Amino acid sequence: MAAIAEITAAPDPVLADDGLKPALFDWLCRMGDNCLILGHRLSEWCGHGPALEEDIALANTALDLIGHTQMWLALAAEVEGKGRSADDLAFLRDAMKFRNAKLVELPSGDMAVTLMREFLFDAWHFEMLTGLTESASPRVAEIAAKALKEVSYHLERSSDLVVRLGDGSDESHRRMQDALNRLWPYAGELFTADKVDEAAAAAGIAPELAALRAAWDKTVGEVLGEATLTLPEIRFDVHQGGKQGRHTEHLGYILAEMQFLQRAYPGAEW
Amino acid sequence: MYAQMVKSEGMKSSEEMSPEDRAFQDRIDRGEKIEPKEWMPEGYRKTLIRQIGQHAHSEIVGQLPEGNWITRAPTLERKAILLAKVQDEAGHGLYLYSAAETLGVSRDELLEKLHSGAMKYSSIFNYPTLTWADMGAVGWLVDGAAIMNQVPLQRTSYGPYSRAMIRICKEESFHQRQGYAIMMKMAQGTPEQHEMAQDALNRFWFPALMMFGPSDKDSVHSAQSMAWKIKMNTNDELRQKFVDETVPQAEYLGLTVPDEMLKWNDERGHYDFAEPDWQEFFEVIKGNGPCNQERLEARRRAWDEGAWFRDGLTAYAGKAAARRAGASVAAE
Repeated sequence: MAAIAEITAAPDPVLADDGLKPALFDWLCRMGDNCLILGHRLSEWCGHGPALEEDIALANTALDLIGHTQMWLALAAEVEGKGRSADDLAFLRDAMKFRNAKLVELPSGDMAVTLMREFLFDAWHFEMLTGLTESASPRVAEIAAKALKEVSYHLERSSDLVVRLGDGSDESHRRMQDALNRLWPYAGELFTADKVDEAAAAAGIAPELAALRAAWDKTVGEVLGEATLTLPEIRFDVHQGGKQGRHTEHLGYILAEMQFLQRAYPGAEW
Repeated sequence: MYAQMVKSEGMKSSEEMSPEDRAFQDRIDRGEKIEPKEWMPEGYRKTLIRQIGQHAHSEIVGQLPEGNWITRAPTLERKAILLAKVQDEAGHGLYLYSAAETLGVSRDELLEKLHSGAMKYSSIFNYPTLTWADMGAVGWLVDGAAIMNQVPLQRTSYGPYSRAMIRICKEESFHQRQGYAIMMKMAQGTPEQHEMAQDALNRFWFPALMMFGPSDKDSVHSAQSMAWKIKMNTNDELRQKFVDETVPQAEYLGLTVPDEMLKWNDERGHYDFAEPDWQEFFEVIKGNGPCNQERLEARRRAWDEGAWFRDGLTAYAGKAAARRAGASVAAE
């Protein structure tokens, strides 16, 4: 089970830098929103998985990601310093203020799309969190260390299933290849740095995104190779913009569902 | 209960009992646990498969009404708790199918019977969850009713079932508390929230009472199951216990139990209360409840649409085994 957000209020000079705050707030929202939206997509499977073990595993992964969301968004809210909470950020921002990559908001489709998406994301998430454990910000490093334990397992599980289903039956192979072809052009957004990522990297808070690429390529290449799947011959960074708040049509529906109670009953406590 | 109206084999009189039957009954009477490889009457085995199977099915179908609100949970913490809870239910399904497997029936066989309608799951999961307060009512009343039955079943005679129940009960009491915590927030919240809480209690009260099944005090099937310690109490005893414990909890919440006949009876030392509408119960059992079709369709669809996934894993396992065999031949 995920550690429910318990963030120690250790002194953190990096987070106190006023000049950096707007970029840092955005960057923390990116971390949190990726987890929140992917967690939402995985939780849609609850009770509908292809085997009982998958129901359990998908719910468990979603639970981990919601736990990470609580930690990242609580820190984002604190850095912002406007009195908002993690819940305010999750439930009261509209789509243009969401900072997740488009990859995680795409519909879950079948288990092939769900697992391939998870694998491509997990492989990035693992490298990102590994880098963040060395962050100049102790608070960021602390969250990353907690999340990394769980994400190491997510990657192990999704890699294993990608291999088994890729090298499984003709149908499972075809579905996994279709899923890869569909998702590949969305993966690159995770590695495309803009001013926010550059500011976080320059301050030593986060690794440079481009620097994560080699390790990701290696993991993805090895797993897809063992899965007998073929890398599509299309650019992997075609679809961009999610991190800047320009999303697909799908995010609006996710938010309409996710935010319903907070929107319908403003100010109520749950 | 997650197992309702489980048909037991007819009771044998002591003259009809074989020496094995009698020795078996003696072991149960002495409080010994029966373990998978040991001799047991065929009726005991069959009744247990029906009961444990129905219980397992209830756990997995039971994911659906609560799963219905995970994507709409109002806070991150509530979402996390609900996910954890529903994941626990799936885990209970897993323990219970495993317990049933020790009796010589596979999970796939049991699922096939669920999908064909040959086996049932608890009537309660055929009721819809319409507002967030229903997440409170389900935890408080539905898990609360389940606990009434499951706590005594920790002492059931069949070892694997008893051990599964011990693990399950630990988690269920947490579930009930989280349900009550939601009800508390709602009942003491805004007027709209209070209204949702009362509405949830109004809708779930009688279906929760139905979970215990109709009165079985004169049933020969129940008598046999009780002699075998598969069933530990009569349905009426458990229902009374549930009402006695739940009514003060509703009062504490400031909510009204929707039963005009509800009244403390000093003489009996129990609450008197109205029977649920048993005609409605039998309709639900027959498949005509508010959500029977959706629930069963959802499970069938999950199974059918997951066939390629399961086949893919099986195909991989076959290839991997062949590769290992090839490698060991090559090494020789």
